[in-house]
Amino acid sequence: MSAMTEIALQAPPATKARGYWATVGRRILRDKVSMVCAVVLIAIFLSAICAPWLGLADPYQGSMIRRLRHIGTAGYPLGTDELGRDMLARLIYGGRLSLIIGILPVILAFVIGTSFGLIAGYVGGKVNTAIMRTIDVFYAFPSVLLAIAISGALGAGIVNSIVSLTIVFIPQITRVSESVTTSVRNMDFVEAARASGAGPFTIMRVHMLGNVLGPIFVYATGLISVSMILAAGLSFLGLGTKPPEPEWGLMLNTLRTAIYVNPWVAALPGVMIFAVSIGFNLLSDGLRSAMDIRN
Amino acid sequence: MTGTSGVELLKPIEDVGGAAQPLLQVTGLTKHFPVRGGLFGARKTVRAVDDVSFSIAKGETVGIVGESGCGKSTTARLLMHLMARDAGEIIYDGRQIGRALSLRELRRGMQMVFQDSYASLNPRLTIEESIAFGPKVHGIADSASRALARELLGKVGLRPENFAGRYPHEISGGQRQRVNIARALALSPRLVILDEAVSALDKSVEAQVLNLLADLKREFGLTYLFISHDLNVVRYISDRVLVMYLGEVVELGPVDQVWDAPAHPYTRALLAAMPSSDPDHRTETPPISGDPPNPIDPPAGCRFHTRCPFAEPLCAGATPKLTALDKMGHQAACYMAIPGSGHSRAPQQEGGKNA
Repeated sequence: MSAMTEIALQAPPATKARGYWATVGRRILRDKVSMVCAVVLIAIFLSAICAPWLGLADPYQGSMIRRLRHIGTAGYPLGTDELGRDMLARLIYGGRLSLIIGILPVILAFVIGTSFGLIAGYVGGKVNTAIMRTIDVFYAFPSVLLAIAISGALGAGIVNSIVSLTIVFIPQITRVSESVTTSVRNMDFVEAARASGAGPFTIMRVHMLGNVLGPIFVYATGLISVSMILAAGLSFLGLGTKPPEPEWGLMLNTLRTAIYVNPWVAALPGVMIFAVSIGFNLLSDGLRSAMDIRN
Repeated sequence: MTGTSGVELLKPIEDVGGAAQPLLQVTGLTKHFPVRGGLFGARKTVRAVDDVSFSIAKGETVGIVGESGCGKSTTARLLMHLMARDAGEIIYDGRQIGRALSLRELRRGMQMVFQDSYASLNPRLTIEESIAFGPKVHGIADSASRALARELLGKVGLRPENFAGRYPHEISGGQRQRVNIARALALSPRLVILDEAVSALDKSVEAQVLNLLADLKREFGLTYLFISHDLNVVRYISDRVLVMYLGEVVELGPVDQVWDAPAHPYTRALLAAMPSSDPDHRTETPPISGDPPNPIDPPAGCRFHTRCPFAEPLCAGATPKLTALDKMGHQAACYMAIPGSGHSRAPQQEGGKNA
């Protein structure tokens, strides 16, 4: 015994126990792909937020004689759209709405769906059956149809389309989080935590969340691109954003008529949607591998 | 006990009944799992643990042996109250759990080490955090809990300065199992359930961990319930042993008596199945044939009669009760050991009466 106590006596604590999230942060900072994506996304976000102060042209001011100018035309670096409005200004201003419509429903659904999934997975039994079978009802409808139906019922408008998209994503996130929670819940370390007398909320906070959030987060970031495209579809049907409001999805739909005249300009809103969604996908990928500290 | 390091370990919960009172008394412990027999099929039950009774004296090590699926681990989880039991009583140091002893207090008094050393540690927490979790749950401040965790790391032979900040995947299986032992000890339990705790380790590491367990038992005055399928290990560490078959206790008694004079044919078969380390004395014939019967539909009567070489019609009738064989506490549930049971090999009524 004395020999063992000796060990405990030697040397003051030398290892500083770094927290889990600090380790994850350090690892993601070293990942080049994630950092490039982060920089691109931050640039898009900042320009959208600061749009009024960037000295851009009026995104609503059209001109019949300057319609569909090519990229690189003097005074119109990214050309003009079918009503002669400056594309650069519209793309940057469009980011404001598009990013909100793309991200907000996913964030809301992430919070709500994760809570449902955690409860269903952790409590199990009848609660699980009740939650998951209700979720299955939503799965009976294709997500586009469901979004249109809810938007149609609630009426047109940005807020309503955010609500409808949130409802569309909740079942998907709930399902993912339920399955992840169930698998983590059955691990011995959760049993050990219960055996030490911890209550369900402490176990969720300390032992479940860190192990469950990663996969759900990665899945949710992938939904951001879906969300932006669904929002574009709603706008196209007159259920979301209304013209002349600049919004990438709506712009993509209206410029579709000009695709034979000026395909490069017509593709620009799509490029923005692509850049944002692939940025989020790669970033979430990087985050997932950073969170898997076993490697 | 904490030596000069100045770190206070938690005080174990109070010893109520003194040395004569068993630390744990289990009566009629039963757990049946319902299984669905298809959508319209009849509901069936797996009799995982069926009417198991035993007691553990203070300071003793009790072993539980039996092949896979015999209900060893279910018994451990029932004792830990990680799973609700269907019937039976568990009394800790004379106090009924839920009445005289709250479940929370019981957690302080009884801890468990799991078989899978990796799955039983949260991969997202450092070793220090994992060990400190229990004390924190019981109201110890964060810094004090961490100090306690470091102290315990030293006790299980891991230098805290090297190991405290590491993650479970960064250390070896033997080291992880030491961490699990430290975690179990963090609440100063008086009873530790070791569920196949050394089974996944290789032989040399297993021996080190067994010696560590023996040292810790002496240092902290622990009582162990040692569950294993490894008969050599059980004999080495246990004072008394329980042999389980299909959810029932078929034999129990002091380990030497059971090993030297096994009374139940299942125990005999189990001991005969131990691989010999002498190449000149290989075990040529299988001591037992067939697989254990399906626990969903256990055989009526003695559950072993379908595989028992001495089975007689009597054995398929009523279930034999555990019967005392001597004054040392050696008991077996077999008609061959019950005097006057009617089995042709049973001792005569007069001869066995003094048991």
